[in-house]
Amino acid sequence: MSFTPHTLEDRDEMLATLGVSSLKELFADIPKSAHLAKLDMPDGISEQEVYDRLHALSHKNAHELTCFIGGGFYDHSIPSAVDTLSSRGEFFTAYTPYQPEVAQGTLQAIFEFQSMICRLTGMDVANASMYDGGTALVEAALMAIRSTNRPRIIVAGGLNPIYRRMLDTYTRNLHIDMEELPVDEGAVDRVKLASLLTDQTAAVIIQNPNFFGTVEDFSDIAAMAHAHGALMIASVYPIAMGLIKSPAEMGCDIVVGEGQSLGLPLSFGGPYLGFFAVQKAHVRKMPGRIVGETTDRHGNRCYVLTLQAREQHIRREKAASNICSNEALCALRATIYLSLLGKQGLTDLAKTCMTKAEYAKAQFAQIKGVRIKNSAPTFNEFMLELPCNASDLVAELIPLGLIAGFPLGRYYPELQNCLLVAITEKRTQVEIDAFVSAVKGLLK
Amino acid sequence: MSKLIFEESVKGRKAVSFPKPSQAESAYATIQLPKALAATHPVELPEVSELDVIRHYTRLSCKNFSIDTHFYPLGSCTMKYNPRICEKTAALDGFAGLHPLLPQLRRGEALTQGALELVWDTQRLLCELTGMSGFTLQPMAGAHGELTGLLLIAAYHKDKGNTRTKVLIPDSAHGTNPASAAIAGYEVISVPTDAHGDMDLEAFKALLTPDIAAVMMTCPSTLGLFERNILAIAELAHANDTLLYYDGANMNAMMGYARPGDLGFDVVHLNVHKTLSTPHGGGGPGAGPVGVKESLLPFLPTSIVEKDALGKYWLRYDRPKSIGYIAPFYGNFAVLIRAYTYLLHLGGNGLKEATEYAVLNANYIRAKLKPYYAEAYSRICMHECVFTAELQMKKGVRALDIAKALIDEGFHPPTIYFPMIVHEAMMFEPTETESKETLDRFIEAMIRIAKEAEANPDSFAEKPLTTEISRVDETKAAKAMVLKA
Amino acid sequence: MMHYTKEHEWVKIEGTGATIGISHHAQEALGDITFVELPPVGKVLKAGDALGVVESVKAASDIYAPISGTVSEVNTQLDGSPELINQSPEDKGWLCKLTKITASDADPLMDAAAYKAFLG
Repeated sequence: MSFTPHTLEDRDEMLATLGVSSLKELFADIPKSAHLAKLDMPDGISEQEVYDRLHALSHKNAHELTCFIGGGFYDHSIPSAVDTLSSRGEFFTAYTPYQPEVAQGTLQAIFEFQSMICRLTGMDVANASMYDGGTALVEAALMAIRSTNRPRIIVAGGLNPIYRRMLDTYTRNLHIDMEELPVDEGAVDRVKLASLLTDQTAAVIIQNPNFFGTVEDFSDIAAMAHAHGALMIASVYPIAMGLIKSPAEMGCDIVVGEGQSLGLPLSFGGPYLGFFAVQKAHVRKMPGRIVGETTDRHGNRCYVLTLQAREQHIRREKAASNICSNEALCALRATIYLSLLGKQGLTDLAKTCMTKAEYAKAQFAQIKGVRIKNSAPTFNEFMLELPCNASDLVAELIPLGLIAGFPLGRYYPELQNCLLVAITEKRTQVEIDAFVSAVKGLLK
Repeated sequence: MSKLIFEESVKGRKAVSFPKPSQAESAYATIQLPKALAATHPVELPEVSELDVIRHYTRLSCKNFSIDTHFYPLGSCTMKYNPRICEKTAALDGFAGLHPLLPQLRRGEALTQGALELVWDTQRLLCELTGMSGFTLQPMAGAHGELTGLLLIAAYHKDKGNTRTKVLIPDSAHGTNPASAAIAGYEVISVPTDAHGDMDLEAFKALLTPDIAAVMMTCPSTLGLFERNILAIAELAHANDTLLYYDGANMNAMMGYARPGDLGFDVVHLNVHKTLSTPHGGGGPGAGPVGVKESLLPFLPTSIVEKDALGKYWLRYDRPKSIGYIAPFYGNFAVLIRAYTYLLHLGGNGLKEATEYAVLNANYIRAKLKPYYAEAYSRICMHECVFTAELQMKKGVRALDIAKALIDEGFHPPTIYFPMIVHEAMMFEPTETESKETLDRFIEAMIRIAKEAEANPDSFAEKPLTTEISRVDETKAAKAMVLKA
Repeated sequence: MMHYTKEHEWVKIEGTGATIGISHHAQEALGDITFVELPPVGKVLKAGDALGVVESVKAASDIYAPISGTVSEVNTQLDGSPELINQSPEDKGWLCKLTKITASDADPLMDAAAYKAFLG
């Protein structure tokens, strides 16, 4: 099966038009010595057989366990209409909207996405999406280096450890210094920050809530950064924006984040959705596609890709970024999701997540030997300090049908006894109670 | 004219409902964030009903041309049919509901054996398809693959103690190539194309100095032509310890006929949203897996899926020479499920057939349009053909005008003004999934347009006439910068 | 007197100062100019240094200093009205003025007639 509609008659007629006698002749420019005899791959199989194979593979995964893992990637409920609309072939089989007259659907949807990201973060301008929250953060760091023409980045210890590693990978060959603030579940160390900030600092990067779940007002950090001419970059969790003061109000210059929570399934790591927003002064240094409003010849309002002189297809090696394909369909899903959620819905959802998490915290706090390690307010994720190794505990609870959380020892050797637990609206009180009593039983 | 979703908002209107806290949980609703941390106002999202949302986005979708609705010969993008079985398998609960951190738990790999097997088997099939020794599936788009490949090349040279600061890139290359090289920290040197559409071999020899880390090539080139000097280029490059990078944008022209690895390429990226038919999604998500020869295996990103002696799949993180994390997890997994489904469904024979008919279709268009439009280079093409609007320009009709006229004929325009080395370029890539009837209708339309350009060139300025909006004011968009509502 | 570079900048030297812009041909090739990035006043430029960028919808062009000097003034009108470059590239659409110039840098540059011949 190759989805080629050609009959043998079609083929022969077309070959005759070209004046060649076989398909093989069309490949005459490939050097003979490099011609492949045959791909060492099985022949194609029917749709049913493929489905059976994939279905069997999917059943080898433990997706039915009750999951309390977050770590930046959350099991939120996805309204049915998100799947229905994003499954429309007119959306998902279209490509980049280079021809605006035949792509107004995609262009307007992206414009709405940019608008929603601006409203979520309080920022002036958002782009059409990045690959994921991690690469968005990397691009933010590179943008700060370019904009300020300075070589140093200060990174808060509460940044997702995976994103922290990604920053290292991408900056290794670029003569950029990464400076660390200490890893701490609580507030960013202002004294240490003050000692690191110089006129060589391009940006300060923080995450809110931080990887350990703690929420922080970093307005003063932004002021410190600005006093040294550095930019303030924040990576934020979009659902939390329903309750937390916006990063713009806290003084951010660049806001990025992972949009997976906005209507995208966990799907073992992707595709996800990076969002990227800046204050207007920085728009020309921003990476990625941007849609703008304009008019057609008859004065009708319409949308078009704009400020393209920043991009690789025009600026080539001088472009703001190498990004071309982004995560447009994921951005569409997020736009539909946020429309369905609505103004009150986002506040309610965020409140539900936080309330359930506070309930869970209170239950765990009653277990002897267990402590909530966060010393400051949290949103929907928190850190349990256990009287035992957290990895052991997680392994013990899997047979009971639950994934208890993420053992922090994996990335922080000094936190072997700590477990990161996330609660979303999908976790019922029954599930939380079962989790709490399982831990209680285990620690007896 | 469509309203924005915000303009459909009515105060107090709601769409879906989400779970609420139980009574016992609600007792904790009094715990709130301190004022300094709390939102000062609700986020101004639209207040609409579910039906409003359904109608709004259904209406928007109808304003798009797509593969499902129109022939879409957008050169360099491989807009082939996206089989629906791939959508079905990607949505299976056992994949869609899987948290990416599960395999990082102790013995957590046991929880995700199916997903890891899929990754491992896809790595294996891509190695065979391209002739490489190992693959990472982590890059999330073609350009991301390029950057990953260049970071691998940098690590290779660093490990050998080579000082390499420059990358050679043909002048016909996609803009992503030089942009990726620059972000990887390299200086970019452009190599000219010769009169026949191949790389200028003499110029290449002169530019191949000891500081060249790599040559990035698209093969067939963006001119739709197979690079006939490729074996010589590879030999010269390797003699200089310069690595050869394969931009897989045009791999649809080679499946089953030749493998980049056999041609001498050391690093390869594939665009699965092109070659392996995963949907383009209006601009993404795609996936850009990267394959390497054995000498570069130690540098592949963290982590790699391996299979142990007992047939169990696991993630290897302990790789001291690895370039590290280029993505948070294992790539755009749901895109990779689609690619894997496609690979199994077509099989080795089907992939080769896809390539054969992609090349046949492109040459058919080339042969039929030759009398009416000037070819950029006159020779057998691979999966796409490049014309210039030079003949029509004599009457003042540009490639852009021809593109807009095609819209009125019911076809998506080709890629225009690329490659940049072809004046008024028009690049057509029909793909293998289009029938002869569709191609014939398209060819007839192109001939009508050529005749119209001759007889009535002034009529083009107003095209397209059949769409809801006419040509848009791009200058106004760039100056006014209305980028949000 | 006007001098032109192969990169299509012009420079007009008057005493110890000079004015810089892009040629009529350059603005025509770029199309509708949408944005201009200019150097800060006080910046010291050597001949050949990048001094700014001129952007249109479909292109971006780096502008290089034709001669050495110190930026004394930039055309702030271009901020709100970049179209001045299209309307009057070699007069009202000037980009910046230099003082403390090295006038001899202009010696190898083309005069109007030579530039016209260069354009063909």
